[in-house]
Amino acid sequence: MNRKLLTAFSAAALVSSPAMAQELKIGFLAPMTGIFAQIGKDMENGFQMYLDEQKGNFAGAKVTFIVEDEEGKPPVGVRKAEKLARQDQVHMLVGGLLASTGYAIAPVSSRLKTVYVLSIAAADDLTQRDLGKYPYIVRTSWTSSQPHHPLGRWACDNGYKTVVSIGADYAFGHEVVGGFQKAFEDCGGKVIQKIWPPLGTKDFGPYIPTIKRDADAIFSLMVGPMALQFPKQLQESGIKKPIIGGGTSYDEFVLPAMGDEVLGHVSALQYSAAIDTPKNREFVRKYREKYGKVPSYYSESNYTTAQMIHEVMKRTKGKWPGPAKFISMITQLKLDAVRGPVRFDDMRNPIQNIYIKKVERKRMHGYDKEELWNTVTKTYPDVSQFFTYSKAEFLKQPVYSREFPPCKYCN
Amino acid sequence: MKIWVLLGILAVVAALAPFSGPFVILLLAQVLVLGIVAMSVDLLLGYTGLPSLGQAAYLGVGAYLAAILATKFGFGLGWDFWIVVPLGILMGAATAAFFGLFAIRASGVYFLMITLALGMCVWGLAYRWNSLTGGDNGLNMPGRPKFGIELANDLAFFYVVLGFFVASFFALQLLVDSPFGKSLVGIRERELRMRILGYNTWLHKYIAYIIAGAFGGLAGVLWAHLNGIVSPSDLILTTSVDVLLMVVLGGPGTLVGGLIGATIVVFLREYLATMVQWWQYVLGAVYVLTILYLPGGIMALFKGGRR
Repeated sequence: MNRKLLTAFSAAALVSSPAMAQELKIGFLAPMTGIFAQIGKDMENGFQMYLDEQKGNFAGAKVTFIVEDEEGKPPVGVRKAEKLARQDQVHMLVGGLLASTGYAIAPVSSRLKTVYVLSIAAADDLTQRDLGKYPYIVRTSWTSSQPHHPLGRWACDNGYKTVVSIGADYAFGHEVVGGFQKAFEDCGGKVIQKIWPPLGTKDFGPYIPTIKRDADAIFSLMVGPMALQFPKQLQESGIKKPIIGGGTSYDEFVLPAMGDEVLGHVSALQYSAAIDTPKNREFVRKYREKYGKVPSYYSESNYTTAQMIHEVMKRTKGKWPGPAKFISMITQLKLDAVRGPVRFDDMRNPIQNIYIKKVERKRMHGYDKEELWNTVTKTYPDVSQFFTYSKAEFLKQPVYSREFPPCKYCN
Repeated sequence: MKIWVLLGILAVVAALAPFSGPFVILLLAQVLVLGIVAMSVDLLLGYTGLPSLGQAAYLGVGAYLAAILATKFGFGLGWDFWIVVPLGILMGAATAAFFGLFAIRASGVYFLMITLALGMCVWGLAYRWNSLTGGDNGLNMPGRPKFGIELANDLAFFYVVLGFFVASFFALQLLVDSPFGKSLVGIRERELRMRILGYNTWLHKYIAYIIAGAFGGLAGVLWAHLNGIVSPSDLILTTSVDVLLMVVLGGPGTLVGGLIGATIVVFLREYLATMVQWWQYVLGAVYVLTILYLPGGIMALFKGGRR
């Protein structure tokens, strides 16, 4: 009797015997339910596609891929990370969608000495001011402000003098808007108003009428379903200003559901499905054939993450090198990825191309239907998370927030 | 009788805990913390007849109190943990004393709506008051307290939580068996008659509400240390609804029901979510079937209905 109960209680623990040398266990965290479920699917599909291409074999190591639903909520992400690390004894955690989830899981990786690969979560400080606290993290995607520094510079170069920003009110939004504002004001532009609707806003009625009419352009940072509503409601309100957007406002995740209201809108990111290289064309065609939709940066980033992990495993001939060694090996990679050349800076964040993209309706990659694509209009090569600023200077300023940079030109 | 059965089960779980997996221990601790919240909701719903949809607010103030003290002042990480616990209880009680002024005026659906709105106020504060609460990012705890024993050890932490649960259970059991508890049941059954008999029913309900808030605050302090993070998504409406459903599932007016409900919900959620992506439907079906066929909750199976 006692024995039976005991088995029942510890059944879960027994299943996960310590991992063997020639096995690689990857715990994947993405939202599978809730408002971000579709984004989570894109993340998983990207990683899964690379695994399928390699037939689940990374240089001799059999890959066990365990997906957990983090629901887009930081405490749930922490619980699932604990489950993956303790019960499934994974070699590494990958994923986490929201910046706040990244901030929440990083301490778990330090506590449990488990590698955490941030394949999406873009929270700036994880690879900036807080890096010292987290020896086992590496980022394969981007920091929130990374693409938006060049975008700020681009806005200056294209003659915009005054901009109103409207961005989702949470850490990611603050960092994106902050990055744009910093670069834009450093080259002579002025942000004259900052509006912060809560994350998940569907009705922008209370916000749109307050937009100052004398601005040259609007900078918008929308996430998920918000991205669909804002351009529509803006158009209905009759405001015809040029729109510049943060990366997630027009990514391929939301683009297919959009209409002509977004034509000509400009945004910046480290990936566009419309990058005109043979490598990307092949990726888009294969992905679309398999999952029936154009890959978003969520897909590409996780695909590339899987590729990077594979590259490390190739160098160790399929043997898990241990957390510290893995981190140092992955940051030495120089990869010709789908998004373009990628290498890492000394703070474990990628240095990569940033693409300024414009929404156009056209044919692309040999598809015979006219669709919306994020045409690349300008490429800033080899952009690091510090852009053209010196690392020391940059790290002296506080992390971008609602209050920083201060809105000097408001009112 | 029921008390000894419960204690027996808890003793068996406590004895087996060291042999369970490291993650199962965390889940057991989570069950106990949510069990405390569920019992506090049961005091309102099951004994007083007040369906509260805002109990996450008290969990939240307790958790944020512990997190703010720990992150901003480094307070509560040693022996002073035993000061933070009563502070959390006081904080929960004080918040409830304030909110109760608004909520206790109403009953039934109106009480539900007001507590829901008050709960959202606390969520809004947590979400927007960046400088204090860290906004959407929440607050990462610097670690669990150390006082002779290291609570960083999950097993030790589990036993501490178990101690708090048992203490809470006895306190609440004593309360509902007291004349005060009996008069709460009287209010549930027929408030007008109680008033005619000369009871100040408003005051009775107000005090019950404050006590429930106090236990919510206690659970909050434990919750912060359990997860290592306090985030606004801890105190969203879903948490309040979950706790209310735990009580309904286990059986309102039984105290133990809350623990049973918490056990079922926590374990079902964790293990189903790993297996299937449509786990929420299963949980939903369990709720619906319970309400349709077992309106007295699972505890009704053991004593053949509440009345």
